[in-house]
Amino acid sequence: MELVTPSIGLVFWTLVSFLILLMLLKKLAWKPVLAAIHDRERSIEDALNKAELARAEMSRLSTENEALLKEARVERDQILKEAKELKDQIVAEAKNAAQTEGAKLIEKAKIEINNQKIAALDEVKNQVASLSLEIAEKVLRKQFDDKQKQDALVSDLLKDVKLN
Amino acid sequence: MYLSHILNFKNLASRASIALFLLFLTFNSFAMQEIEAEKTIIEIEEGHVSHDEKFDPTVTILEHIGDSHGWHLWGHTSIPLPVILFTPNGLDVFSSSRLFDEHHNPAPYNSGKNTYLLAEKHIKILGADGQVSEELSSGVYDFSITKNVAALFISIIVILLIFVSVAGAYKKRVGKAPKGLQSWVEPIIIFVRDDIARPNIGYKFEKFMPLLLTIFFFIWINNLLGLVPIFPGSANVTGNIAVTMVLSAVVLVVVNLNGNKYYWAHIFKPDVPFWLLPIMWIVEIIGVFSKPFALMIRLFANITAGHIIVLSLISLIFIFKTLAMAPVSVAFVLFMYVLELLVAFLQAFIFTMLTALFIGTAVEEHHH
Repeated sequence: MELVTPSIGLVFWTLVSFLILLMLLKKLAWKPVLAAIHDRERSIEDALNKAELARAEMSRLSTENEALLKEARVERDQILKEAKELKDQIVAEAKNAAQTEGAKLIEKAKIEINNQKIAALDEVKNQVASLSLEIAEKVLRKQFDDKQKQDALVSDLLKDVKLN
Repeated sequence: MYLSHILNFKNLASRASIALFLLFLTFNSFAMQEIEAEKTIIEIEEGHVSHDEKFDPTVTILEHIGDSHGWHLWGHTSIPLPVILFTPNGLDVFSSSRLFDEHHNPAPYNSGKNTYLLAEKHIKILGADGQVSEELSSGVYDFSITKNVAALFISIIVILLIFVSVAGAYKKRVGKAPKGLQSWVEPIIIFVRDDIARPNIGYKFEKFMPLLLTIFFFIWINNLLGLVPIFPGSANVTGNIAVTMVLSAVVLVVVNLNGNKYYWAHIFKPDVPFWLLPIMWIVEIIGVFSKPFALMIRLFANITAGHIIVLSLISLIFIFKTLAMAPVSVAFVLFMYVLELLVAFLQAFIFTMLTALFIGTAVEEHHH
């Protein structure tokens, strides 16, 4: 029975000291501690939220970047294609110009060659004519050197004439 | 980084708990030696008087779990504590050492106002005839700083030191991760908040956090100090019905002061046929008191039972009067101590949990 009989002294001191402890702890410990824990939890939560937002932003940026990259690649391809076309055009144009120029030159050369050929032929003709005249002269001179032969010839010619 | 911190904490916690166990083991063997030595001395002293006196474990155990004027340390050494008495002849304050003679037996002491004698741990007034006068003694109100009160003060100083320094750490390290003592205490505070207060009380829990935390740490630290077998532990504070009564009275007052109209309506206008109302009133009003009463008995009985078992196991050595019993006793006592460490936490948890639950039913807003 002694064990389950609360003694008034202990009840009194426990009550007094517990209430003082409660007040002191409430003021000195629990308020600042709970506030600090609460603040820290909130700041951690904020940080996590911010991290989440930053991650979303990052992924958004990266998709944007990718799109930009894709666009740039397409543009580059386009530019390359255009450049190639331009090059081909220029080359073709150059080729054409060169061809016409060449053709012109060839034409000119042909005309020149022809002219030269004609000139050369004329000269050859003149040479041949003069040569023939010389030869004929020489032959005639030879023929008329001998009197008999001249007579024979004349008789021959006359014979022919008679026959006619 | 965060994770590694947690791991570190667990590591620390397990190391510390092993250290604590070892500490208790050492203390325990000290305590046993002490009791053994004490008994030997008593046996030697009483040897020439009588050999017949047998060791009575009940007396020893009740002495150890009860309260006393003066704090027994070892052998014949004890710390005298102030005795404060309200008597019909006025307030009387003196040292508890005056109630004992040089042989440490209770002896009459005349303070000038009354003559006192310590009989069966109670201070009685001696009548003119030199005999205990029950009539005069009934007017004595004992507000002495007994062993339990002193232990209570020590525990309160310990609690204040711990938590004021922790609060200081919070102020110094704003927004940073907890460190040292702070990281020991913080998980428990969060446990009380998230697993005891919030689920039981609901959104109004913040108002009751100081009370719940104070109750939890007060009970837990006193339970742990009660397990330490030497000064400044060794007092059975939470195993004393007066202490548990005060705690549950505080709970009773807090619960009923915060009871809202639904709580009172549930008590006075329960949903029953009108002719049952008088019976329901009686039942409900008994319920109001029986809930804190159960808290009081539960804590008192659990802690006292633990102490009784440990002391009984140690007493086995003296009952069998052989040292061969010692290893068995030590093994069982060690087991009990480990269990008591668990019980110390568990009872603090249950008391706080049920307090939160009762507050929760009182502040709950529901519509029938």
